[in-house]
Amino acid sequence: MSFRQPSILPGFGLTLGFSTFFLSAIVLVPLAALVMKTATMGWSDFIRVVTDARALASYRLSFGASMLAATLNSVFGFIIAWTLVRYEFPGRKLIDSLIDMPFALPTAVSGIALTAVFAENGWIGQYLAPLGIKVAYTWIGVVVALTLIGLPFVVRSVQPAIAEVQRDLEDAAETLGAGRFTIFRRIVLPTVFPALATGFTLAFARAVGEYGSVIFIAGNLPMRTEITPLLIVIKLEQFDYKGAAALGFIMLTMSFVMLLSINLLQAWSRRRMVAAGR
Amino acid sequence: MAGGPSKEMLAEIASRPGRDTLISSAVKYVFIALSLGFLAALLFAPLATVFITALSKGWEMYFESFKDEDTLAAIKLTLTVAAIVVPTNTIFGIAAAWAIAKFEFRGKSFLITLIDLPIAVSPVISGLVYVLLFGAQGWFGLWLQERDISIIFAVPGIVLATMFVTFPYVARELIPLMQQLGNDEEEAAITLGAGGLMTFFHVTLPKIRWGLVYGVILCNARAMGEFGAVSVVSGHVRGLTTTMPLHVEILYNEYNFVGAFAVASLLTLLAVLTLIIKSLVEMKRK
Repeated sequence: MSFRQPSILPGFGLTLGFSTFFLSAIVLVPLAALVMKTATMGWSDFIRVVTDARALASYRLSFGASMLAATLNSVFGFIIAWTLVRYEFPGRKLIDSLIDMPFALPTAVSGIALTAVFAENGWIGQYLAPLGIKVAYTWIGVVVALTLIGLPFVVRSVQPAIAEVQRDLEDAAETLGAGRFTIFRRIVLPTVFPALATGFTLAFARAVGEYGSVIFIAGNLPMRTEITPLLIVIKLEQFDYKGAAALGFIMLTMSFVMLLSINLLQAWSRRRMVAAGR
Repeated sequence: MAGGPSKEMLAEIASRPGRDTLISSAVKYVFIALSLGFLAALLFAPLATVFITALSKGWEMYFESFKDEDTLAAIKLTLTVAAIVVPTNTIFGIAAAWAIAKFEFRGKSFLITLIDLPIAVSPVISGLVYVLLFGAQGWFGLWLQERDISIIFAVPGIVLATMFVTFPYVARELIPLMQQLGNDEEEAAITLGAGGLMTFFHVTLPKIRWGLVYGVILCNARAMGEFGAVSVVSGHVRGLTTTMPLHVEILYNEYNFVGAFAVASLLTLLAVLTLIIKSLVEMKRK
């Protein structure tokens, strides 16, 4: 088999050459520099840096908060997507377009705005403070920021899948005496699940790397409210390039794993769609 | 489900007895209430806060914030960076989409994954890699220092980091669109003797222009709003290497809330504009 199938269209060499060159120059070579910098550290140095107590605490917060945020997003993202697809209400179109807002809004803006809202004297924070719930400058604030950032990923993944659920099947099940919960579990969930899993993974991947919106609301106390990307920035500010590279390498590896799982999940949901004859 | 059920049929289904039971309408209102409540707390309240805080000392103070020299410098830098990054990434996006959508070759899906990479990578890493390459102790640090070229803590570094982060947006928008449209019309044009460029501008571009517009707008929004990557390479030299999002951070940390939220309000308006254009593009496509 040859490298490419014949075509009469021109420009293959030029466009492929240009895009792979540009991709290498801007993305691949710099990423390789990170890997190489990490490789210049000894194995024991590497282990010491990435298993340092402060680093471990930062992973716990970054991954724990991202997991929680992605879970919240899966629940509320499903509810929002369902509402937008199935129900007609005034302002539906407007809400639908606003779902992409966290994606278009600069993260620094969402960071300072969320902090203002959830601070002890903020619009929402003032009602939570008497209940003993502190959001801003605690790990809860980190979860709130990551939830906002990840929301569009879940809603946009799940929306088309909900539109695919066959309503006549739901009706048939209802006629045959199935309860609402059974219908949800047996008909809706199997159709929507691959998309929901994709959305969860996308939201999680985005949350793990997020920096801008978190650092304003987190308070950034070492060991307590310090996310891994912030720890990298701190190491860079102390000119500890190797330490920064080592932590960066860990995060990069995570990103690769996430990207791989997203591709597999998407392939899975596509196969299910095809298998269902749609 | 080719075509889907007709309007009359949907109306008939909706009017069937048992559809609007007490429980189903209760579920509907609970779902709508939960959705709106969640969005109100997490999205609408913060958006409103931006404008209310920016205007808390009146319109005069609001406009006064934009007379500050450093603020103006930040706006100018952000526009400059976007003016370099967006066209470059647009050209890349078109080239990559042409190669990937129009031809079948080995390793294509791997190439697509690589193009998507910057989206999966933390913005901090996107900045870090350039510091490792061009920073004082980086691979090319000494070489650059001898020649008195500064990339890190200077504008070129900001441009590179922004380019990395916004790299995939145009390509991601165009690839699925061009794949879906197929090659027939381009092949016809070439067979009839049109050149490559002529085919692109007269056959392909008119078909993909709305997708292209959206990709460019999204790339622009992300370029102007990028914080993490730029923050790592900028060095935060006030008035020199601070883009608008970085300037928001500086003002905020100085407790100049009116100033910080005033600059933030411009960025929010940019995001709103991006979404409006997105909606228009989606309407045009239908």
